[in-house]
Amino acid sequence: MSLTTLMQHFLTGISLGGAYALIAIGYTMVYGILRLINFAHGDIFMMAGYFMIFAMSSLPWEISIPIVIAATILLGFAIERTAYAPLRTAPRMSVMISAIGVSYLLQNLATYLFSALPRPYPEIPFLKRIFQIGSVSASLVTFLTPVVAILLVWGLTQLINHTKVGMAMRAVSKDFETSKLMGIKINTVISVTFVIGSALAAVGSILYFTDRMSVNPFSGTLPGLKCFVAAVLGGIGSVPGAMVGGFVIGMFETALVAAGESTFSDAFTFALLIVMLLFRPTGLFGEKTTDKV
Amino acid sequence: MKKTRNLILSLITAALLVYGLTVLEAHRFQQGMLYSVMQKSAILAIAAVSMNLLNGFTGLFSLGQAGFMALGAYTTAILTIPTGKITGVYYMDGISSGIIAFKTFLDGAPGWLQTAYPFLALIAGGLVAAGFAALIGMPILRLKSDYLAIATLGFSEIVRAVIASPELNTVTNGSYGLKSIPKLGSIVTTFLIAAACISTIVLLIKSSYGRAFKAIREDEIAAEAMGINLMKHKNLAFVISSFFTAIAGGMLAMFMQSIDSSTFKISMTYDILLIVVIGGIGSVTGSVLSAFLVTAAKEWWLRFFDTPLTIGTFQVPLLRTGFRMVVFSVLLMVVVLFYRRGLMGTNEFSWDFFWKKRGAAATGGVGRDK
Amino acid sequence: MTNNVLHLDNVTMQFGGVVAVSDLTLDVNEGEIVALIGPNGAGKTTAFNVITGVYAPTNGRVTLRGQPIAEGYPTGKMKKLYAGGHSGEYTKQISNTPDRITAKGVARTFQNIRLFKDLTVFENVLIAKHMHVKANVVSATFRLNWAEEARIRRESLELIDSLGLSSVKDEKSSSLPYGKQRVLEIVRALATSPSLLLLDEPAAGMNPQETDDLSDFIRKIKAQFNLTVFMIEHHMNLVMDISDRIYVIDFGKLIASGTPAEVQFNPDVIKAYLGVEEA
Repeated sequence: MSLTTLMQHFLTGISLGGAYALIAIGYTMVYGILRLINFAHGDIFMMAGYFMIFAMSSLPWEISIPIVIAATILLGFAIERTAYAPLRTAPRMSVMISAIGVSYLLQNLATYLFSALPRPYPEIPFLKRIFQIGSVSASLVTFLTPVVAILLVWGLTQLINHTKVGMAMRAVSKDFETSKLMGIKINTVISVTFVIGSALAAVGSILYFTDRMSVNPFSGTLPGLKCFVAAVLGGIGSVPGAMVGGFVIGMFETALVAAGESTFSDAFTFALLIVMLLFRPTGLFGEKTTDKV
Repeated sequence: MKKTRNLILSLITAALLVYGLTVLEAHRFQQGMLYSVMQKSAILAIAAVSMNLLNGFTGLFSLGQAGFMALGAYTTAILTIPTGKITGVYYMDGISSGIIAFKTFLDGAPGWLQTAYPFLALIAGGLVAAGFAALIGMPILRLKSDYLAIATLGFSEIVRAVIASPELNTVTNGSYGLKSIPKLGSIVTTFLIAAACISTIVLLIKSSYGRAFKAIREDEIAAEAMGINLMKHKNLAFVISSFFTAIAGGMLAMFMQSIDSSTFKISMTYDILLIVVIGGIGSVTGSVLSAFLVTAAKEWWLRFFDTPLTIGTFQVPLLRTGFRMVVFSVLLMVVVLFYRRGLMGTNEFSWDFFWKKRGAAATGGVGRDK
Repeated sequence: MTNNVLHLDNVTMQFGGVVAVSDLTLDVNEGEIVALIGPNGAGKTTAFNVITGVYAPTNGRVTLRGQPIAEGYPTGKMKKLYAGGHSGEYTKQISNTPDRITAKGVARTFQNIRLFKDLTVFENVLIAKHMHVKANVVSATFRLNWAEEARIRRESLELIDSLGLSSVKDEKSSSLPYGKQRVLEIVRALATSPSLLLLDEPAAGMNPQETDDLSDFIRKIKAQFNLTVFMIEHHMNLVMDISDRIYVIDFGKLIASGTPAEVQFNPDVIKAYLGVEEA
């Protein structure tokens, strides 16, 4: 394999990884705070894709992008309020089942509203322009994705570490009950978490689908699962971890596809998950916790 | 006295059911929808009860059902597709010679074996799944509940990917799927197998081991302190559950007569999970009832929502293809959010229920000590 | 010469850098009621957890009737972090899961009651007898072991009746009043046919009357079932009333031991509980 091809694959890998990173963060933040695997997150990502299709059909991209992000935030927020908040005192299984139910609902809603056939994703002209750096060429969006991902993650980390809201989030993820007792507005913290996660998923969906041509109601399932694997890989609950996990999974998948094992790439990702859970469940950046008996 | 009464009632109901099913079998072309809904419900009932055994009674949140069903379905299918037709099914890459040899060998078996063959094929499917479950059980069952869910989900997808892989074309026919799977006798047979499987699971639940499973669900640290070996019992529950789930998969293959890897996507696991939730996690009766209700609703009653309806010149909005599933999903969320205990909670059916009501009414409400 | 039932030999339990139990050595002999007391957070429940196999000791040994049931020495990361004494004295790594320890005749109750909440009183006790079921899962499912099943049901009922719970035997365990729940937890532990009973704060949350009743109850079951009892407790009345001997620990270390009379006026014990008078 020539250096150019290698570089090309590397570029594809980190581009896919960047998109995955943005989605993985949503999983890791929600899990860190609520100990909930938000099964519906992948489908929120899918809905963002559809929002873009409809926004772009009548509005220019400059207005569409903010609208899509806003709509996705609204969707994430609404889901949290209606499907997760009422079950906060219920056993863990119930909330997980609720998340699965929401995922199911979103997929069926999308099939009903937009039909199960793939819909073409609108082109944002300047993003699709091919650029050439050295001997490697790709569309602008491919170059842009990892950069945007890293910038957003950096911004988020700053928020978490240097603002009051961020501190509240960190407190809640360490000890939910005590945070409540200390006067932290739990509902606000949780809502902020979902808002951020959904916003990042929206950006991720724009970057992801621009390169992919079409959206169907099940476009979110597999990326959703893989991004959860990425979150676990990086250490569930850790934002930088989710970013690293996203890039690793993106590169891993691209490498497998490049090596000709595309049918197995999904299976390998899950195998990687199982191996991680068995040997290093806290992931690369996670913390060990012991249960008190 | 009570026990004999209950036993007689149960036997009468069973007899009525068998009679009803025989009639239905005879009229299966006129009552096509009812027939296929009943068949599918019985099969999903087995899957639902198996899932309840694991998730509801032992408290292990596993989402690997689709994978085990796939294992059972493919094993049963490969074993039961007639040797004459099978090379036609594997039209692309041909079939592995080992499989052909085995099947030809079996074709020479004595008559009684031939009649029992489909049932043995189902059991074979169950054993294959049980084998895999035993293999992955040890490491995977140590995981915390949410991680167990995702790990089993991953396993399910791995199974699907491997089945569909071109490398296994001569064994599973890769992504082309299997067809010409023969039907399994009549609807009475289906129900008898379902009854046998579900009864066995009920017997297990009421046995000492079943109690141990419930103890693990309630508080596994206390269970362990009371002498229950966690790994052994969790593995048992996992293996037994996958055995019966695979049998349901095999029966599904024989019902649909043609399958491929996309039949066993994660959404199948979700479908079964939602049946269990609606019926009541921890109630076998609930799972069985729910399997019938949900299947009938999804495939039959709610079809109403899928057909455009015009009243006079007024086109009723919303009604078109796909609305049925949206309504169903919303109903599901309603149950999950407001009726978390499902239809039956953790209660089981008992004939005593009908007598209790009359007793309470006669004394004018709940009996009170004076 | 009374037989030794339980012996802790320099047991240290360390979690990362936190030392929960430090070089604890103690004995419980046949037929005794021994109490383990100390301020909150002193490491008492951790000691219980080491004995019952929930944790493997960082260093030291636990023997049951002379047989080691747990032994360990620091390995890996712990080698650098180990802050206790008696390094190098223990050469084996022996551990048993809690169910194996229970099979050896050691039963326990928990500080925060851990009953099988949704199950009835009868079921709670019956489950504790599962470990004595010899049939495999297939035989049990098809009731081939009907004699065995009948026997454990009978034994459970006898236990429940003889210990005053027969009036509530079909109630959900979580619906019982608190005091009865604590009794049920002890009855459940007894169903495993132990010879050594570990009670973790059995009188927690009880009023003086209930504590008195518990006192009689413990004496009664000790006689009825030929038990040795090792108890963590804060209710000093109960401790002084029924213990033969007392161990006092603070910050994971043993600070005093002896008969109730000896321990009561030990200045170190008083200091641990009440602090030192300001000069």
